[in-house]
Amino acid sequence: MSDANANKGMIRRFLDLPTDSVAKTIFIATTLCLVASMIVSAAAVALRPIQEVNKLKDKQVNILQVAGLFDPSEDVVEAFGAFEPHVLEIATGQFTEEFDATTFDDRAAAGDPELSIALADDPASIGRQAKFVTVYLLRNADGSLDKVVLPIHGYGLWSTLYGFIAIEENGNDIFGLQFYQHGETPGLGAEVDNPRWKSLWSGKKLADDAGALQISVTKTAPAAGADHHIDALAGATLTTVGVHNLVRFWMGEAGYGPFLTNLKAGEF
Amino acid sequence: MSQTRKEMLVDPLVDNNPITLQVLGICSALAVTSSLQVAFVMSIAVTLVTAFSSMFISMLRNHIPSSIRIIVQMVIIASLVILVDQVLKAYAFEISKTLSVFVGLIITNCIVMGRAEAFAMKNPPVASFIDGIGNGLGYGLILMMVGVIRELFGSGSLFGVTVFETVNNGGWYVPNGLLLLPPSAFFIIGLIIWAFRTWKPDQVEEREYKIQVVGDH
Repeated sequence: MSDANANKGMIRRFLDLPTDSVAKTIFIATTLCLVASMIVSAAAVALRPIQEVNKLKDKQVNILQVAGLFDPSEDVVEAFGAFEPHVLEIATGQFTEEFDATTFDDRAAAGDPELSIALADDPASIGRQAKFVTVYLLRNADGSLDKVVLPIHGYGLWSTLYGFIAIEENGNDIFGLQFYQHGETPGLGAEVDNPRWKSLWSGKKLADDAGALQISVTKTAPAAGADHHIDALAGATLTTVGVHNLVRFWMGEAGYGPFLTNLKAGEF
Repeated sequence: MSQTRKEMLVDPLVDNNPITLQVLGICSALAVTSSLQVAFVMSIAVTLVTAFSSMFISMLRNHIPSSIRIIVQMVIIASLVILVDQVLKAYAFEISKTLSVFVGLIITNCIVMGRAEAFAMKNPPVASFIDGIGNGLGYGLILMMVGVIRELFGSGSLFGVTVFETVNNGGWYVPNGLLLLPPSAFFIIGLIIWAFRTWKPDQVEEREYKIQVVGDH
């Protein structure tokens, strides 16, 4: 008790100092910073669990949407149980048991020098590419593979676009594509979220019969034909170029190429 | 204070609007008005931050040394902004995703600091709180006016609900792309200031110079 009183006396003494004195200036600055930092960190720590749940749920909703399984009336966690998550080693196109697929953090891996490589040829402008990513398999009732959902990302005009692409079991047909995080211009680049534009991706083929990657997102249809072409977004040239580059990068040899080859061979 | 509390609340809406008369907070008004939902949440966030930061600064006003007063104000404002950001991320995740960096940028909103420095440092807490609410609402009012014009003619919708079916969605309306870009807010705010000053001529600033008539012929 006497300690508390002595403390109180000290604070009182500081408060009674002339406001512009050096001692009081230092006292006010220190106290304010301490109090403010305590409040801010308390809020951050207390709210983190709820924020993590939100983030995870948001990601799961997006995976469900890209696979065409999202139903707002259903519980997200339960519906998400339909997926089989695996950690994929990009270079070999094989699954690895080294990490736990339910907790593996792709984005943290991309920033970890041990788990990522610096890209010399970097059309998607992502800087470092993780060696391992989490992919999601969806199986039919009889256990045969239905679809795979693969995370993709790359730079658009203002921001890195993070999304998922769903590929059919044949490793060549696109089922859908969706971005869950980006900062493109609303109404122009942000039209990557437009359901009509997203629906254009459904049924497109990544590679031609010879196996060459032909998918493109451009204003005019290329020689490869409409099967491999998605119309560019009007008024969003640079976002479109970004999407074109990132899809071609991730579907190419440096990206999921080895995995798609294995998929075509029916390995999973 | 000569002002009553009601005046403090209502004055900043039209007669002493922070955007149109004080011409503060323009930067964020350009950034967040391309969709109404974002503009609305931003208005609420700025109103809350202005009100509470003014209140806390006013409570401390007799103890803030003048040599570090701006820093003290910034610490209080920044802490409140971080709180708002954390709460939005926890309880309004969708909206915090669309607002992204703009919540953090409330710290640099001149209205918050302007009211702290101009009002809260000299007035008691309750009055400062009401002044903050009033100025936040004044800011919000202009944001919503700009937002209605930009979203309606730029995307053909209001609060995300389609009003004009756009060509991209198979309708007839060709959206005006310029309205989605920040410069359009400059024009719209300029036109609003013009309209306000035509309606209330006493808001027109006095000229700082007079055109000199040279020589008699």
